[in-house]
Amino acid sequence: MQQIINFVIRNKTFLLFLLLFILSLALTIQSHSYHKSKFINSANFLTGGIYESANSITDYFGLREQNKILIEENSRLRSKVLNSTDSTTTANSNVDSISYHGTYKILTAKIINNNYSSSKNYLTINKGEKHGLKEDLGVMTSKGIVGIIDNTSNGYARVLSILNTKSRINAQLKLSNHIGSLVWDGKTSANTVQLIDISKFAPVREGDTIVTGGQSTIFPQGIPIGTIENFILDISGDTYTVNIKLFNDMTNLKHVYIIENLDAEEIKQLENPVDEQS
Amino acid sequence: MNSLNFNSIIRFVLLILVQALLFNHINFMGYINPYPYLLFILLFPINNNRTLFIFMSFMLGWFVDLFSDSGGVHAAGCVTIAFIRPAVLKFAFGMIYEHQTIKFNNTEFGNRLIYFSILVFIHHFIMFTLEIFNISNIILILQKTLFSSIFTILLCVLISVLFSNKQR
Repeated sequence: MQQIINFVIRNKTFLLFLLLFILSLALTIQSHSYHKSKFINSANFLTGGIYESANSITDYFGLREQNKILIEENSRLRSKVLNSTDSTTTANSNVDSISYHGTYKILTAKIINNNYSSSKNYLTINKGEKHGLKEDLGVMTSKGIVGIIDNTSNGYARVLSILNTKSRINAQLKLSNHIGSLVWDGKTSANTVQLIDISKFAPVREGDTIVTGGQSTIFPQGIPIGTIENFILDISGDTYTVNIKLFNDMTNLKHVYIIENLDAEEIKQLENPVDEQS
Repeated sequence: MNSLNFNSIIRFVLLILVQALLFNHINFMGYINPYPYLLFILLFPINNNRTLFIFMSFMLGWFVDLFSDSGGVHAAGCVTIAFIRPAVLKFAFGMIYEHQTIKFNNTEFGNRLIYFSILVFIHHFIMFTLEIFNISNIILILQKTLFSSIFTILLCVLISVLFSNKQR
């Protein structure tokens, strides 16, 4: 017993190092697995507060550009409204318009921390549970999608960016209904993502538009993502891997919309029993 | 001794804030970020309590992790370089370290550069390995380590020269 105590005292530095190193490894691994990193994130009271107060200063620098984005979006929406009242056959003419038939609730938020340089990027926004946010809500800007909320605190929320190797979002070609998964390999630059598992029978062409698919309850169908930059056939020869140039400039985001699907609960309930039987 | 601890705490808080609000968002060439918060570990007084030093380094790394949503990658790197620092000090400064009379302001520039470089490089390698967490991307890890290390070392040297109070 004496010897054990002596050993601990003699090697206390090494043992402390080992303990802390294993602790940090555990934190790292925990953060790599989805939906488990509960309290180690930037959406807590302390870091969120610091980011918010720093943001209240830097906000003013981007105002001119944000105003321009806003006026562009307004004019687009305005023209859509005017044109739809003029003609009588608009009910099912434009497939890609984001259709809100009362199933989607839109909230706005401001990004207070944006990362895009590591392989696992997150954003922090200044709305949280007290504003009605919860996990698995979609986040987008007027130009395209940004990510999915993966952690919330009382006043802040963390967004899993599409520039994160853990992210996986259902997407499709705008022309046809061939679906695939939107991922990011962590190597390409911050305005390129990959679309994998597109069937080799799909009419893939450079410059075509990619939009979100309707297979998930997070994003409505038809939200723009980007255009096809180039594509290769996989080694197996069955599917395409497509490089997509994003419409969004992920390095310069400020105001975002948060989409809540009010039917998500019902759809999930409906789908789950089917899974169990099969 | 007391003022020295006070100094360290100020440095601790200041470096974390500067790292989180400024240096994490530089993104030079798209992905190169410097991590000059390591100056806290590099310039920590030497004849101090080693257990406390390792613990402080862990807290430093963990706070930076909190701000940059990276789990524990900075903490792992920081703890490691805090643990191996005596060996590196001995390697870089030789005799002066043996006599425990080291003052970073009075050491030769070359020695200091070697000392900074070794620790920064080890820290960045561990950090990027854990962050990318995929051994098949070893080229990417090495590339990030190299470029970020150069940036960090440059900034560390600059800051330590700028803020050194030489009392001759």
